[in-house]
Amino acid sequence: MTTHRDAKGRPIVAVTGLGVVTSLGQGKDANWEALTAGRSGIHRIERFPVDGLRTSIAGTVDFLFDEPFTAPELSEKLATLAAEEAVAQSGLNAEGDFPGELFMAVPPVEIEWPQRQELAASIEGEPDYDGLLRAAATQKYKAMHELFLFGGVADHIADRFGTKGSPISLSTACSSGATAIQMGVEAIRRGETQSALCIGTDGSVHAEALIRFSLLSALSTQNDPPEGAAKPFSKNRDGFVMGEGAGALVLEDYDHALARGATILGIVAGCGERGDGFHRTRSSPDGKPAILAMQDALADAGLTPADIDYINAHGTSTPENDKMEAMSCTAVFGERMPSLPISSNKSMIGHTLTAAGAVEAVFSFLTIANGRIPPTINHNNPDPAIPLDVVPNQARDAKVKTVLSNSFGFGGQNTCLVLAAAPEAASPVAR
Amino acid sequence: MKRDVVITGIGLASSLGEGLEPHAAALANAPTPVIDAQSFAPYPVHPLKPLELDRQIPKKSDQRQMEPWQRLGVYTAGLALDSAGIKDDAEAKAELQVIVAAGGGERDHAVDSAILSGLRATNEPGPFLNERLMGDLRPTLFLAQLSNLLAGNISIVHGVTGASRTFMGEEQAGVDAVRTAHARISTGQADIMLVGGAYNAERRDMLLLFELGGFLRHGDYAPVFAREDKPGLIVGSAAAFLVLEPAERAAARGAKVFARLDDVVADRSRRREAGAVEASLGKLVAELGPVSPGALAVSAATGIAGITGEEAGVIAKLPQAKRIATGDLFGHTVEAAFPLSVALAATALSAGQASEAIVTGVGHWRGEGAAHLSKA
Repeated sequence: MTTHRDAKGRPIVAVTGLGVVTSLGQGKDANWEALTAGRSGIHRIERFPVDGLRTSIAGTVDFLFDEPFTAPELSEKLATLAAEEAVAQSGLNAEGDFPGELFMAVPPVEIEWPQRQELAASIEGEPDYDGLLRAAATQKYKAMHELFLFGGVADHIADRFGTKGSPISLSTACSSGATAIQMGVEAIRRGETQSALCIGTDGSVHAEALIRFSLLSALSTQNDPPEGAAKPFSKNRDGFVMGEGAGALVLEDYDHALARGATILGIVAGCGERGDGFHRTRSSPDGKPAILAMQDALADAGLTPADIDYINAHGTSTPENDKMEAMSCTAVFGERMPSLPISSNKSMIGHTLTAAGAVEAVFSFLTIANGRIPPTINHNNPDPAIPLDVVPNQARDAKVKTVLSNSFGFGGQNTCLVLAAAPEAASPVAR
Repeated sequence: MKRDVVITGIGLASSLGEGLEPHAAALANAPTPVIDAQSFAPYPVHPLKPLELDRQIPKKSDQRQMEPWQRLGVYTAGLALDSAGIKDDAEAKAELQVIVAAGGGERDHAVDSAILSGLRATNEPGPFLNERLMGDLRPTLFLAQLSNLLAGNISIVHGVTGASRTFMGEEQAGVDAVRTAHARISTGQADIMLVGGAYNAERRDMLLLFELGGFLRHGDYAPVFAREDKPGLIVGSAAAFLVLEPAERAAARGAKVFARLDDVVADRSRRREAGAVEASLGKLVAELGPVSPGALAVSAATGIAGITGEEAGVIAKLPQAKRIATGDLFGHTVEAAFPLSVALAATALSAGQASEAIVTGVGHWRGEGAAHLSKA
């Protein structure tokens, strides 16, 4: 059997399954249809009262539960649905015996207000933490322990899909989904596993989560109309809109996929990551870490800036991110940048936070497969400081073989992925 | 081709103090554990021996932006960088890849209690909650709680500009952090790594999570492997960070090598029947290869019913091993427990107390891990 290696002599990492759920719907078809139609999934929040809040909109996923639920329960449900779609497409065992390892980006969880209230209601006297501990000691609320463990969601997914080894629950803040993919790539390149289930999930829009971001002035307050609030790269952008969703990818050693006759949807050609010691929430003003992360991803893929056909932007719609990202892209791509298409899925689905890197990687592969670039909607007031081709408002047909997908997060997290068409289509082209 | 991985930096802080010395001394002659049985009664905890934060976190503004677990972690990461001799080496810190095993930060207990009181009295709980959270939450508290902000603060305070990743998921996060760091260096995916975790036990919100599941020991201290009367965790505040690099690189720069980290393995048994943990951990230890008689066995055991005995069963099969439970020295430290146990094993090897060590860890709820270390 032939063995294929990348330019650096490593196993090639193929993608053989993709799954996604966002506020636009469940599954690749529903999402792609809405995304290319320029439809927004952002709406007024109905999950909890929004009285007194500066932001009352989000891209929540409201079609999965009838009863009240917690963030880990929704995050697990989203991940399960996305992973079911991806694993089924891959043709690898879907009957609870997935042959590879699990890498999951999950939101940090903690006991939520309804549960805290439930404990407080059961005790006499002050509902301080000593009181809550007395309630806990009755052992009547045992299920809350497992529900609010950080490793709980990934553990349940590992059980459900029968993944092998020790499941990883990770966070690199808003680049977590991309890191989950990067860790799968690394494990396959090390030869540790021949397949990996990589998932980013986030179903954590509740009052306190929204208020925390609001207190950092990170969210858009242009609530009316909700679908107009996320406007990446526009002059009047004023913050991101929280979103929910999950993206799942089955990664596989290319030769392993070929040998079993799997359909290869594309490859993860390269990954780059850099830390930023500048500030807890702000990026280095010179954009250096983001620039280096993009350059590292290209170098890891053995490609140059000229090989990239489209950039799937982090594009949060915050004043700072979009400016920094545009500047960094210009530094990397130079005079090509004004004509290189770059669009932000977040204009339609909001910022799916922990899930974003994975959700947007799925959309990037759909962009390659369909030869159609989803637009940046709400682009009615361009920022003269950002002279980019943001694919404004209308999807565009284009031959896309190689995508750079950017993810940047609080805490100085910068992760970039180079995602490409399957090698047969990508390699014979003369450069 | 695999590269040998060595430990060239160790940062340690616990109820015993900071740095290698008090921990090496504790390994040599089991001290009386430091226990605070009053502050969180009926839950005993091993309190952190107070740190002079200014020594590793010079800016007060940085200290203020962090909760205790982050300060403890950033401080200890600084000790590890000092120990590796790379604290002022900007080039090394640009290359340094970081993996932190972390939970989340402390909540504002006063705010939570006041809101819970108010919620009892209001007919409009939703709007009341919004109003109080908008008014009472400190904006920076969010950042002090976010799991990945321990790594973020290490970057900011120590000028580490290599990338960081944060693993969550209780004890197993610590196992997988060390395992992944080792794997990336041994296969050439990284050339120098900082890996570790920090845990602040002195907080009621964290005790609450464990007590909900019935996992805390009430009352008095007892050694980890002798808690059959009242099984459960006695948590401790502590942190450990390790600097790992290939043996060749360490030799080339003349770095002091504390120990060789030969291998790290991990798995997750489903724990549906008794014996599952013993089988899983036994298999992992077997994967590490033969162990010489008289090796040191450093265990991160929890003291939880059943699984602690199963872990003891695996350790008992190691020929004439000298068993140390890190929980007896400074308590159970959740995400930090496995990195701390590896750090302690390396400390013992470096002090000449043994020439080989096995480290075992069994999560209070999920996950099994093991590591093999040798004298450099």
